[in-house]
Amino acid sequence: MRNPLADKVVDIKPSGIRKFFDIASEMKDAISLGVGEPDFDTPWHIRDEGIYSLEQGRTIYTSNAGLKELRQEICYYIGRKQGVNYDPMKEVLVTVGGSEAIDIGLRAMINPGDEVLIPQPSFVSYEPCAILAGAVPVIIHLKEENEFRLTAKELEEAITDKTKLLVLPFPNNPTGAIMERKDLEAIAEVILRHDIFVMSDEIYSELTYTDKHVSIIELPGMRERTILINGFSKAYAMTGWRLGYACGPEEIIAQMTKIHQFAIMCAPSTSQYAAIEALKNGDEDVVEMRTAYNQRRRFLLNAFKEMGISCFEPYGAFYVFPCIKEFGMSSDEFATRFLKEEKVAVVPGTAFGDCGEGYLRISYAYSLEHLKTAMGRMKKFVTRLRTE
Amino acid sequence: MREELLKVIEKNSRIDLKELAVMLGVEEAAVVNELAALEAEGVICGYHTLINWEKTSEEKVTALIEVRVTPQRGQGFDSIAERIYNYPEVRSVYLISGGYDLMVILEGKSLREVSAFVSDKLSTLETVLSTATHFILKKYKDHGTIISTKKQDEREMITP
Repeated sequence: MRNPLADKVVDIKPSGIRKFFDIASEMKDAISLGVGEPDFDTPWHIRDEGIYSLEQGRTIYTSNAGLKELRQEICYYIGRKQGVNYDPMKEVLVTVGGSEAIDIGLRAMINPGDEVLIPQPSFVSYEPCAILAGAVPVIIHLKEENEFRLTAKELEEAITDKTKLLVLPFPNNPTGAIMERKDLEAIAEVILRHDIFVMSDEIYSELTYTDKHVSIIELPGMRERTILINGFSKAYAMTGWRLGYACGPEEIIAQMTKIHQFAIMCAPSTSQYAAIEALKNGDEDVVEMRTAYNQRRRFLLNAFKEMGISCFEPYGAFYVFPCIKEFGMSSDEFATRFLKEEKVAVVPGTAFGDCGEGYLRISYAYSLEHLKTAMGRMKKFVTRLRTE
Repeated sequence: MREELLKVIEKNSRIDLKELAVMLGVEEAAVVNELAALEAEGVICGYHTLINWEKTSEEKVTALIEVRVTPQRGQGFDSIAERIYNYPEVRSVYLISGGYDLMVILEGKSLREVSAFVSDKLSTLETVLSTATHFILKKYKDHGTIISTKKQDEREMITP
């Protein structure tokens, strides 16, 4: 029989997270700091709207781009948060999670051989999706000394005449890094000068613990060359609803909608009705969850400080990214031993790119009690390592 | 800081002060001072424990009593409310808008004890026009806390 598989797919290496998941899930009494989703339930009024839509029998396809009312609410939301306006009829596409938007955004914009710049450590999907879209991924290694922000210099050095698109993943998973206005202004100048495009994945935008999230679309000339990706998973604790969206210039959104129309048809209707409620009446829930995350963030940073583990202060998402280089072992080894000896699962930084070596991703999407137990075990573990 | 502090201790009044200071991103002394001020101003009125008595051997009956009264000249409802809330078995007294005036929450050892209170003490007050007693059969949620079930974390252990 002939080989049934596509080389392009087979050649993509499996996610480092998967491998660690397999070890962790075998240990029954282990506790985890490894999740990438909120510990809150979707606020009841949002769930209730989903249920109501089912009761009303709204179980049919919506228009390809998503319910008009939802697209309108998305535009209002971006208008009030970022002060930038999009046309709900032409510049918004409702997708199956932010993930689909990443995939089809790349497919809509990439010609074979185009280079896509991907800063790492970052979410696991960008590189494989870029490869599947026919791009050549070019990795930019972010550094702790810059608080894992992307600098103009790093960007400039990675650009060639084949560069088409920059993926901008901030607030960042796994580092928790954010880009402030001055950081964005510095890279925007480079982007404009080299005439490249931006895919700004702002799924964690609501989980920013400084003043307020700044999007690159706010800067002059950037809205025209940016696909903004966001969604409901992190802000409203709606991961399982699978709902996200992309906003951008009509020209690009039209082509993304074409792929979406043929591959997906439309995002789940129940989720879309619930999402309208989230955008209309969910602001207070977001504030409440953000306040809780921020308290846990401070708790963890203080716990690391007391243990003498170096950790830059992250201002976004729900992760901290402590450095474990002092222990002279790889992230993978550290995480494996920590799991086996103290039964705590964390994700090695290398799951998010080679430059995550020497770091761990620790999630604070857990109750304070849970975090306290885990930090107690961590303290025991590092004390033992230091005496070894 | 004030509102955030209140929200935290409303859920957990036993929290360690040092920890509370870390979570709020302020000095411990600031938390101590703020708590003292809140107590002095009467914003914080007490620190209680939420107990599910059904899981103990203690027998308790809780009743919710609607009371219609005649307000008194110059006193309104306050003096009658005071007469009622001074009984130690009365847990709460609220002035209510709508079909009746005061809602009294009463805790007793048995149905008989509660009925005796209503018929002997409450109904005999001269300003009380009528009462309607409702016994609480089961508490599902109290003070924002769901009583019965503890939710399991059903998330996968590791996700991207």
